Amino acid sequence: MEVLIEFFSFQDPNVVSVVVGAILLTASSAVVGTFTFLKKKALVGDAVAHAVLPGICLAFLLSGNKNPFFLIVGAFITGWISLVLVDTITARSKLKEDTAIALILSVFFGLGILMLTYIQHTGNAAQTGLQSFLFGKAAALVGQDLWVFGIVAVILIVTVVLFFKELTLIAFDEHFAHAIGLPVRGLNLLLTSLTVMAVVTGIQAVGVVLMAAMLITPAAAARFWTDDVRLMTFLAALMGAFSGLSGAFVSYTAPTMPTGPWIVMIISMIAIFSFFFAPARGIISNTVRQRNQQAQIMQENLLKELYRLGEKEENHFQERSVQELIEKRHFPKRPLKAALRQLKRRGYLTHHHGLWQLTQNGKAKGRRVVKLHRLWELYLSKYMKIEPDHVHEDAETIEHVITPELEAQLEALLDYPEVDPHDSKIPY
Amino acid sequence: MKVDAKDVAVEFHDLTVSYDKKPVLWNIDMTLPKGALIGIIGPNGAGKSTLIKSAMGLLPLSSGYVRIFDKALDDVRRWVSYVPQRETVDWDFPTSVLDVVLMGRYARLGLLARPKKEDKEIAMNCLQKVGMEAYSKRQISQLSGGQQQRVFLARALAQEADLYFMDEPFAGVDAATESAILEVLQELTAQGKTVIVVHHDLQSAAEFFDWIILLNMRLIASGPIDQVFTNEYLQEAYGGKLTVLSEVSELIKKRRLPSREKY
Ligand SMILES: Nc1ncnc2c1ncn2[C@@H]1O[C@H](COP(=O)(O)OP(=O)(O)OP(=O)(O)O)[C@@H](O)[C@H]1O
Ligand SMILES: [Mg+2]
Repeated sequence: MEVLIEFFSFQDPNVVSVVVGAILLTASSAVVGTFTFLKKKALVGDAVAHAVLPGICLAFLLSGNKNPFFLIVGAFITGWISLVLVDTITARSKLKEDTAIALILSVFFGLGILMLTYIQHTGNAAQTGLQSFLFGKAAALVGQDLWVFGIVAVILIVTVVLFFKELTLIAFDEHFAHAIGLPVRGLNLLLTSLTVMAVVTGIQAVGVVLMAAMLITPAAAARFWTDDVRLMTFLAALMGAFSGLSGAFVSYTAPTMPTGPWIVMIISMIAIFSFFFAPARGIISNTVRQRNQQAQIMQENLLKELYRLGEKEENHFQERSVQELIEKRHFPKRPLKAALRQLKRRGYLTHHHGLWQLTQNGKAKGRRVVKLHRLWELYLSKYMKIEPDHVHEDAETIEHVITPELEAQLEALLDYPEVDPHDSKIPY
Repeated sequence: MKVDAKDVAVEFHDLTVSYDKKPVLWNIDMTLPKGALIGIIGPNGAGKSTLIKSAMGLLPLSSGYVRIFDKALDDVRRWVSYVPQRETVDWDFPTSVLDVVLMGRYARLGLLARPKKEDKEIAMNCLQKVGMEAYSKRQISQLSGGQQQRVFLARALAQEADLYFMDEPFAGVDAATESAILEVLQELTAQGKTVIVVHHDLQSAAEFFDWIILLNMRLIASGPIDQVFTNEYLQEAYGGKLTVLSEVSELIKKRRLPSREKY
């Protein structure tokens, strides 16, 4: 707790720089990653993330120090080479893209690890910390490193914002973009460069191994909450930033702990949470919605049957027991009771001494369902030429989905008919 | 058999197109007239999509060239519009109907610029022309196939082009949508614009188009419908596989086209 307060009071200037750095890096990866995700290039992001490692090691070997500028250049070069190789292999051989990616990823990563091991054995004092490229170390983001990586992150975000409509178009419909004369090749090149740069900067905080998750997961999580690319990109940035912040905190409190796994764990939890709880697309809200629909269908069926019983006995307000309903209309007992209670709450039924009775509202609602059922049967047999004995099943579902507008159209189209195909009267 | 157009909108000059060095279109050579509603007809795999893709510069040409309004494509792109086959995009993309139609304005906006109020008005107008204005805020995954087709059409209209290439705009739409789309296309040609449409159904092709291109890897025929839509050429294009052909072409000959049920 004390550490938490100490951390968030931002007294320590190091804390400020680490926080700002981590947030910028993760947010920019998330923003660029949104388009990697929309273009369905998640695997490509993974390949680049692993392929930058030999570049970083090579830059270190050649320059002899950890100057961030050299490291970026080295990473950029091998990152790019890996992508060119993937494309060439896919175009020139029978191998599919996923195989080519797996191949390149493992070769480059293996090479990187080999070089890293070699550097460690040379005993070069400056190499301490190079290790942190594997799993990330947000706490190392101070001084010159912060400036260089921070500026790159800002450039990434600004570039995406500037080219937002073009990047969206090539992700949605590349042919059309080409047809209207957009420089599609150039834009794809831009997006690839952005991806490589996002990886190169992001690995400071997240590390090579988990970087692909940092690119893709925020976008995947954000997708659950919205159907608008703009909002989605913004949400992805926000979620990325939040995970970056938590990573910085961990790095501050436990300096030996690698930050990458923490950051990725947080963003993954956000994604899992979205998967279950997002209002429109989440699993739980889907289930709840389906349940509600089922309950509503049950209630409408109940009102319909009460209306039809009333029709037969020429008394719509007859009081009936649960037992009678089960015997006459074969409703399952438990859902029936739940539906009856719900209908009472909504004012469609009344309940005295264990007997149930339609209200005026309930009768009207039951009549509407019966009407829709019979109208639809008539429509099917008249316009779709379906045999009268085959229309009932279909009408059972359709009667629950017809909107008032469709209802009016049906009535007008059929000219307010008197009876359905089975000669039952259509009530209005 | 081919008829040369008087007032030329598009010229294909000895065009050959290949995928992986295997030619799928051979020596296409023809001119197409301005202001006509032109149908490209042929069996599956005949190279219809390939023909319009190569006209739009989306494929490398093995030989020959395409000229539009007597200019190179890159000089007139702004006046040329393309409607891809609807299956070519992912309709679960997080975007709205209006945003898709606005994409038709991007060529005019240029890089970096944002759509302005005026662009939105034009886009809404185009949606209205295809009867989709009520759906402008819908997410595109919530559209039916016919509605998707109309959104693509609206996007093309928003380009305010002079020449339209459309890949199967009538595929999988109901009769009502079909006549709505046809009406829009006829309005375009009435304004002197040229509309070139890949089409599958022979019977309706006979009613829709002024000019027909019959294709089966090579050009079988290109010309006004009454000269091209004959038993002989149709048999040649479809390899004699279709038995309805003779009936249809008989009808065409007599110009007694059956009035189709619209609903
Ligand atoms: N990307 C591709 N790579 C290789 N061959 C292709 C490719 N696209 C099309 N082809 C081949 O080119 C030929 C023409 O294809 P095209 O799509 O132009 O036919 P189409 O007339 O539009 O057919 P459909 O009526 O089925 O749409 C076909 O034989 C097809 O197999
Ligand atoms: Mg095709």
